[in-house]
Amino acid sequence: MKSCSIRCVLAVAAIAIVALAAGTGCKKHHSNPLPESGAVAGWQKTSDTRVFAAKDLWQYIDGDAEQYISAGVVSTSTSDYKYQGQLEAVVDVYTMGDANGARKILENGQTRDAKSLQLGDAGVAYAQSVIFRKGPSLVRIVAYESTPDAPQALLALAHAIEAKL
Amino acid sequence: MTSRRDFLKEAATGAVVLGSQSKLGFAGMLDHHTEAGKSKVVIARDPQLHGTGAQPDEKRVLALLDRAIATYTGRQNPVESWKHIVGPNKVVGLKTNGLGGKGISTHLALIHAVCERLQQAGVKPGNIIVWDRNARDLQACGLTINTDPSRVRCFGSDVSGYEEQPVAWGTASVKLSKILTRECDMVIGLPILKDHEMAGVTFAMKNMYGVVEKPFELHAGGCNPSVADLNRIPTVRDKVRFTVGDAISSVYQGGPGFHPEHLWYPNALIVGEDRVAVDHTAWQMIERQRAVAGVPTLEAAGRPPRYIATAADAAHGLGVNDPQRIHLMEV
Repeated sequence: MKSCSIRCVLAVAAIAIVALAAGTGCKKHHSNPLPESGAVAGWQKTSDTRVFAAKDLWQYIDGDAEQYISAGVVSTSTSDYKYQGQLEAVVDVYTMGDANGARKILENGQTRDAKSLQLGDAGVAYAQSVIFRKGPSLVRIVAYESTPDAPQALLALAHAIEAKL
Repeated sequence: MTSRRDFLKEAATGAVVLGSQSKLGFAGMLDHHTEAGKSKVVIARDPQLHGTGAQPDEKRVLALLDRAIATYTGRQNPVESWKHIVGPNKVVGLKTNGLGGKGISTHLALIHAVCERLQQAGVKPGNIIVWDRNARDLQACGLTINTDPSRVRCFGSDVSGYEEQPVAWGTASVKLSKILTRECDMVIGLPILKDHEMAGVTFAMKNMYGVVEKPFELHAGGCNPSVADLNRIPTVRDKVRFTVGDAISSVYQGGPGFHPEHLWYPNALIVGEDRVAVDHTAWQMIERQRAVAGVPTLEAAGRPPRYIATAADAAHGLGVNDPQRIHLMEV
């Protein structure tokens, strides 16, 4: 009887540990990759995160949505940011069905003046934007103005997002 | 001396009584054809529009607007010019375009300039409605939502709602915004010039996608013939009478969203009544910039704006796209 109780307790504990581990993994996989205010030096998150399923993406980027849908977008998260109270920017995280979808979008949009980045699986930087992919995620960070410190600031934010993907 | 900002504030609160009754009254009295039967389109430019700042200089934008309208109407006095475009007792909608977000939306300085001249031409502040799809699009232009009729009103179709009954012409079967159908007597389009991933170019006619409930249903076939069909719907065709097109900044590739790597500054306004001629002119401007940037033509990219020719065909009759029939005035 006593040994049965012990076995039961051990079994429950084992199940709890497995469930906790699975839960932790699940949490990490679905965690919000958009940093909160102060998580990256100088950056404030200035809006709530908005999430759009593929079928609703037109509400956010009508006209642009089709290219993401054809590349297999599953959902899109977006939020506004401000750097040192001045430079406004927007971050879009497109979660595609697979890495090929993210690759397709990144490669389609590149221009000759793109600077390659060692970020995620691949990335490019411009004066006012950073775009990179990691696994099925495609991230666009766009500043609304061109300022001398914008490239470095955007890159810092990009690294923080990459670390959360 | 009252500053321009003070004037706008006073006018917006109804403290300034302006304008006399227009003898010509409501739009439609303009003859957008020259003697040779051509459609007039004016491109007005100011290379110094931005100065050293990211945003255009408000005074220069107002001066540019005055120059464009004066050239179009042939009248030097800007207020008199506007009286020939609108009447004092009509509700005038200004359909902006904030879809692309803060980086590529109708410029606030231009919206202010048009509002100012409309009020000086005798339109009551509350009879001006600045509108778009929703609050987000309007806020992207830097606007604040206001439904108080004592001031210039500003709200989206998310506030007004859409008509229950769809209307149709050709492939376009749509529910129109009640701002268009019930609030406005006439609409002046204030689109911003952009490349468009599917349509090729978005400007005067494509801006009307923002007046329907489900614009994504009109995207098939490069938006052709949907753009033309939508503009041919009587309410759209008859109420949208004039375009003050914003080509202050633009994206020549990657649109309609904001892609700063493809941003360029034409520092221009494109105005006219013939929406087809205006769009044809805007398209050529985009193509010239694509050539400068070494980007393939829209034809080569597989997305020429075919809807422009469709809008000009006999079935639609919305205007002309033949350069020989467009009287282009560049000032």
